[in-house]
Amino acid sequence: MRKNSLWLWAAALAAYAFLYLPLLIVVLYSFNDSRLNAEWVGFTLNWYIELFNDTDMLVAARNSLLIAMAASLMATVLGTLAGLAIHRYKLRFLPVLAITPVAMPEILLGVSLLLFFNMVFRPWLGLELGMWSVIVAHITFCIGFVTIVVRGSLLGMDESIFEAARDLGATPWQTFRLVTFPLILPAVMAGALMSFALSLDDFVITFFTAGVGVSTLPLEIYSMIKIAVTPEVNAVSTLLMLLTLGMIVLASRIHGKAFQSTAP
Amino acid sequence: MMSPSAGATMRACSSMNSRFGRWVVSLPPMLFLLLFFVAPSLIMVVASFRFPGEYGGLAPLVDQGQWQLTLETYRFFFSDFIYAEIFVKSFGVALATTLICILLAYPLAWLIARSPKRHQDVMVLLAVLPFASNFLIRVYAWMIILGPQAAVARAVNSLLGVFGFEPVTLLFSPFAVLVGMVYVHLPFMILPLYTNLAKHDPALLDAAQDLGANAWQRFWKVTWPLSLPGIYSGSVLVFIPVLGMFAIPDILGGTGDILIGNLIKEQFLGTRDWPFGATLSLMLTLVVLGLAGLAAWLARRGVRRHA
Amino acid sequence: MALLELRNLTRRFGDLAAVDNVSLSIESGEFVTLLGPSGCGKTTILRMIAGFDLPDAGEILLDGKNIADVPPEKRPLHTVFQSYALFPHMTVAENVAFPLRMARCDKPVIKTKVQEALESVHLWDRAHAYPHELSGGQKQRVALARSLVNRPRLLLLDEPLAALDAKLREEMQHELIDLQRDVGITFIFVTHAQDEALALSHRIAVMNQGRIEQFDEPSKIYGFPRNRFVADFIGNTSMMEVQVAEAAPTHLRLAVPGLGEIAAPPREGARAGRRGWFAVRPEQVRIGPAQDRELENHFCGKVRSFIYVGNVTTYTVELADGTPIEALLSNSAPGRARFFEVGDDVAVSWRHDAGVFLHE
Repeated sequence: MRKNSLWLWAAALAAYAFLYLPLLIVVLYSFNDSRLNAEWVGFTLNWYIELFNDTDMLVAARNSLLIAMAASLMATVLGTLAGLAIHRYKLRFLPVLAITPVAMPEILLGVSLLLFFNMVFRPWLGLELGMWSVIVAHITFCIGFVTIVVRGSLLGMDESIFEAARDLGATPWQTFRLVTFPLILPAVMAGALMSFALSLDDFVITFFTAGVGVSTLPLEIYSMIKIAVTPEVNAVSTLLMLLTLGMIVLASRIHGKAFQSTAP
Repeated sequence: MMSPSAGATMRACSSMNSRFGRWVVSLPPMLFLLLFFVAPSLIMVVASFRFPGEYGGLAPLVDQGQWQLTLETYRFFFSDFIYAEIFVKSFGVALATTLICILLAYPLAWLIARSPKRHQDVMVLLAVLPFASNFLIRVYAWMIILGPQAAVARAVNSLLGVFGFEPVTLLFSPFAVLVGMVYVHLPFMILPLYTNLAKHDPALLDAAQDLGANAWQRFWKVTWPLSLPGIYSGSVLVFIPVLGMFAIPDILGGTGDILIGNLIKEQFLGTRDWPFGATLSLMLTLVVLGLAGLAAWLARRGVRRHA
Repeated sequence: MALLELRNLTRRFGDLAAVDNVSLSIESGEFVTLLGPSGCGKTTILRMIAGFDLPDAGEILLDGKNIADVPPEKRPLHTVFQSYALFPHMTVAENVAFPLRMARCDKPVIKTKVQEALESVHLWDRAHAYPHELSGGQKQRVALARSLVNRPRLLLLDEPLAALDAKLREEMQHELIDLQRDVGITFIFVTHAQDEALALSHRIAVMNQGRIEQFDEPSKIYGFPRNRFVADFIGNTSMMEVQVAEAAPTHLRLAVPGLGEIAAPPREGARAGRRGWFAVRPEQVRIGPAQDRELENHFCGKVRSFIYVGNVTTYTVELADGTPIEALLSNSAPGRARFFEVGDDVAVSWRHDAGVFLHE
């Protein structure tokens, strides 16, 4: 490769530093024996202990996980169906429908769902906002991601493989079961993982659709930041970062396999 | 009467992909999205024309057999300049964020694209990894860094003190909001730029050099124009979300630093003037759609010129 | 009864007729090639036979029965795709076993047949490899084995050798001929490479713009092209505009403006005064020094250029009236056969029964 000038290296290094230093500071201060995030006093695990004794936080964590599991499951199913439909039947309306919630600023989806749940679900069905409304909201914006991933995987495949299956005696259902699905499985799994991560992480949409009784981890973090900042926030942030890191490693392993099996 | 070829295509389609299968596959996601995306959006549009309820929320749509609709919210929006001002300010913040992101992302993306192929994946992953952490954490990190007791603030203030300036608070200021916006959205600029730059044919630069262009000319005449589609994608991915942001000004900004997002949030959860909130949301939606359309048009023009 | 019959087959895309009223009859055990330039309709016909496309008009009869309503998975024929279309997530053996699984064969039967099929293409040792580990030629052979394992009535091959390099292609051509002969299955082969068509087929259907120009044995297609398109498309030809001076049952006399007269073999439908073209192959044209007076059709000219390809040299000679004519000279003597240089005066000649007269 060509020799890269020193300036370029310096600029790039500065960019990487800019990206990572703030996070490293958060992690560092989670072990800091001081209530203020100002200067280093001493090493301690107190904040982590306090974290695990904080029932509000634990409930919020449990809620986040439940919501993420439910939402990613449904979003994966619906998103995979959408990806298949768009690719096979060359639909033009469905892609717009699936991807717009992803492309718009999150606040618009949050607010319109708040309106919708209040004007329709509450008076007609007597339901207050709660876990279910958050799950529905998360599904709505996760579908688009799964659709994109699944569709991308299908686009990269040689179409004649599916024709070959029919040609050799497979019915459309057999073709799907034995050929199509195994080949898109890596993409489906990647989509599921991404939905899980997005749901776990979501703040804005959850903020509007959670109602009074439900708290998720991001909502807890937000109220802690706004009301009473303690390094407990640092501790939960560090743990969350580790979790996300783990999921990314997992996802990239699966995606690596996806590349292998469909390469010509 | 259908032309013969259309009929044959339809028959071919129905024998190859049974009509039943078509509906089984496309209906579930379509219904879900119609119900939970399209319907709420339509309700939002209608809500902007309704009266606010007595205790917040919306007044009944039909009261004593009369439709209760009004253009009051729109009149209100245009009556006071302050609302348009907030829109303009949000636009400015989005523009500034986008430009700074381009400035910071370009060298990094370029370096990654010109590195040996086997390193590129890892470098991209490293650049994007911070994005994986919760967005609130990333904002919170800057609260720490820019906080009054933190090293950065003290260093800056002592420097200013040397020149006889008043100490400034870095946190809860437009500066902090901008830093937060850039930090959170940087990966969205890095990725499309890198993807574009990685596709550049190194032979083009060799050819330019062979024909007598120096380094700056090579960049400006070859690399930059070819990277424009990447810049457009990245800009769209940064600009639009920044427009709707409310959490960052909320956490890092001062009381005067509200943007559209904050205004909308106030209407729905604070003052509970839902019709006005709906109007603001509609305005934001229209702006976003306009921008997306512009981006698509620019992208098409780019494709025709550079294809 | 013919194995496969196409009757008045038509397929339109918008205003364009990709397949225009094509009728064809193919016998069992034949190796038939659909030959033509891109866009002539040959692949469309193949897809309609396979069932991936439906004709707008006409019928496709297999053993006398119309198969238009039969879905692809129920037709007793298989396709070898240009990209091989091997299932990437299955091993070679699993790929070959697939059609047998679809036909619900018993496991032991499947095992035996897969082994037989892979042995016949010399790939039994790679049975547990995945497609991405194979070379182009190997993938090609797996695709063949997979399509033949359950003995279909008909095998359709869509430019299967297009992606292979020259040497490999030649090897595969030999293998295909042997395979088809051993197995006895009817092959319908699609290609735009005329040398392939000439080498492999029992009969060739030369296609142009959705129509069949000529359907005949290779030697007849080559030696007796029906019209200008076929003469031009197959092999090299020199063409001259002519007018029939005399048409007899045993010979034709053609007048070439500016050159004189040519004696040509008889042609049905040729009448005095008719305009047309005279086509002659380079290997039929002798080239020699200017004084030579060998054969009946004899003209003088200058060498304009030549192309040396190892075994032969093709000379382009410009005749008195400017018409170019190609003459082939075998390089039987070792070293470069520089018999003639550019600008030399030479004489070209051909037999009175060489070449063909083509109607306008």
